Amino acid sequence: MAHVRAYRVLPAFGLSLGFTLAYLSLIVLVPLAAVVLKTATLSLPAFWQAVTSPRVLASYRLSFGASLLAAAINTIFGFLLAWSLVRYRFPGKRIVDALVDLPFALPTAVAGIALTALYAKNGWLGQYLEPLGIKVAFTPLGVLVALIFIGLPFVVRTVQPVLEDLDTEIEEAAASLGARRWQTVWRVVMPTLFPALLTGFALAFARAVGEYGSVIFIAGNLPMVSEITPLIIITKLEQYDYVGATAVASVMLAASFVLLLIINGLQGWTDRRSAKVR
Amino acid sequence: MILRFSRRHALALGTALLFVAPLGAEAQTTLLNVSYDPTRELYQEFNAAFVKHWKEKTGVTISIKQSHGGSGKQARGVIDGLEADVVTLALAYDVDALNKKGGLIPADWQKRLPNNASPYTSTIVFLVRKGNPKQIKDWSDLARPGVEVITPNPKTSGGARWNYLAAWGYALRQTGGSDATAKGLVSKIYRNVKVLDSGARGSTTTFVERGIGDVFISWENEAYLAIKELGPGKLEIVTPSISILAEPPVAVVDKVVDKRKTREVATAYLQYLYSPEGQDIAGKHFYRPRDAAAAAKYARQFVDVKLITIDEVFGGWDEAQKTHFADGGVFDQIYGQ
Repeated sequence: MAHVRAYRVLPAFGLSLGFTLAYLSLIVLVPLAAVVLKTATLSLPAFWQAVTSPRVLASYRLSFGASLLAAAINTIFGFLLAWSLVRYRFPGKRIVDALVDLPFALPTAVAGIALTALYAKNGWLGQYLEPLGIKVAFTPLGVLVALIFIGLPFVVRTVQPVLEDLDTEIEEAAASLGARRWQTVWRVVMPTLFPALLTGFALAFARAVGEYGSVIFIAGNLPMVSEITPLIIITKLEQYDYVGATAVASVMLAASFVLLLIINGLQGWTDRRSAKVR
Repeated sequence: MILRFSRRHALALGTALLFVAPLGAEAQTTLLNVSYDPTRELYQEFNAAFVKHWKEKTGVTISIKQSHGGSGKQARGVIDGLEADVVTLALAYDVDALNKKGGLIPADWQKRLPNNASPYTSTIVFLVRKGNPKQIKDWSDLARPGVEVITPNPKTSGGARWNYLAAWGYALRQTGGSDATAKGLVSKIYRNVKVLDSGARGSTTTFVERGIGDVFISWENEAYLAIKELGPGKLEIVTPSISILAEPPVAVVDKVVDKRKTREVATAYLQYLYSPEGQDIAGKHFYRPRDAAAAAKYARQFVDVKLITIDEVFGGWDEAQKTHFADGGVFDQIYGQ
């Protein structure tokens, strides 16, 4: 026989890989390539000027800063929520469980308007916060609130199934082997959950960076203060500056991609580490 | 749950199709009017009037759809392929874009209808809270520390560009006024701006519903509308000593009407805006009519204010846009300081 082919155990590898690549290209890569191609019509100095003007830089700081912070807060409280939902039984649990998904389903504009109405100085919460000197609506804090709102389900829904799979017996075993409470949490529970927490963090972060609808209503949208990068892109479009808009978009794309790569790498690292521990 | 396609479902579907089919078959003539933010109510009434007028004149029933949003966004939508038979936007610059960026209309579009293709005009006024607690009388009061100002972002909102230019024009017309004093005044005003919405209607909501700000720089018609909606007694209109003559222009989109074969009805639609009926509806919705009779009828509701024009003070929209609102222009400099 002139040619021996190694057969895989699972059939249809070629077909599924082909499908995967074709599908990804069509749905993801082609639109993104359009962004890059459109940007490429810009000369390098013009590109640099478009993506590093002070207003745009301020918007990166707000968009990425608020998104990271919101994702971090969501990771902590999303974990607590998931823990309560999985480990305890309490009345109304199913309702709480369903509520978690609400930010997914709600049109983001509705979320934005509701949050603004709530936190404006004549709103339910705003009227009490404003006298204390806490301004939420129309400030960067408002941006953070909106991003926390829309990012919450991502953490809960990624951590929850992993927690459900985590047998309480393992914890009992740890306890019977003499581990203290915090040792059990830190050395037994956390390593198993860490990849899921990271995934939740990454998803919440990615969603927050791209969020437009809910933020726009509560942000105030002041240049240099409360303008998010997606708004800069829209603003440029509305001035017929298509190339400038795609230039900023490509920077956002690259930054998000690098951050997600880092998080993925971190995940791989923790996976390997926990595998070694076992 | 597994969905089974039963006979009953088939029957329901068939019945549904029966109702839907005639709509598609008859191919009723439709017009799409792509407009800017505060004209919703105006065109709702005007469209109904025109449909009736067209039916009486030709026997044909048409239907008119309207689309509203920030003027720049709307123009971009049309350039990107939104099939608008007519556009009725906030400023000539955005209609010009249909010529310059899209090649959808000829360069001389403003000559095709009377009055620079603006069937009605408007101006910029202040909306303040009842009793005018901050004693706001004129543009210079907006620059005072402690006064919170609401206006949309001039980069995205047509109305906001008129606001900005009116303030600039006011400063120029003061004794000793120069570009430097104008920039000073406008900078101070924008330092007092706490929320910069992307469109005029968004700003109205911020000021009226959310209760943010002491003064809202607004289209005259939008200000009257806000008072009408909210009931008098909560807000007051203050007319500054100098404002700007805003001429919201209209145009038939040639490329679209030729493709959709709607040129005749689209042109008639815009011409009807100049008719006594159209002018009356404009006045009713607080736009300043061009027609003498309608203007006289509604004269009482408009304060006589000294109006500067964009051409005499700023040398036209292209110049104004380049100097003030383009990236790196004066507006960016104000926020970059």
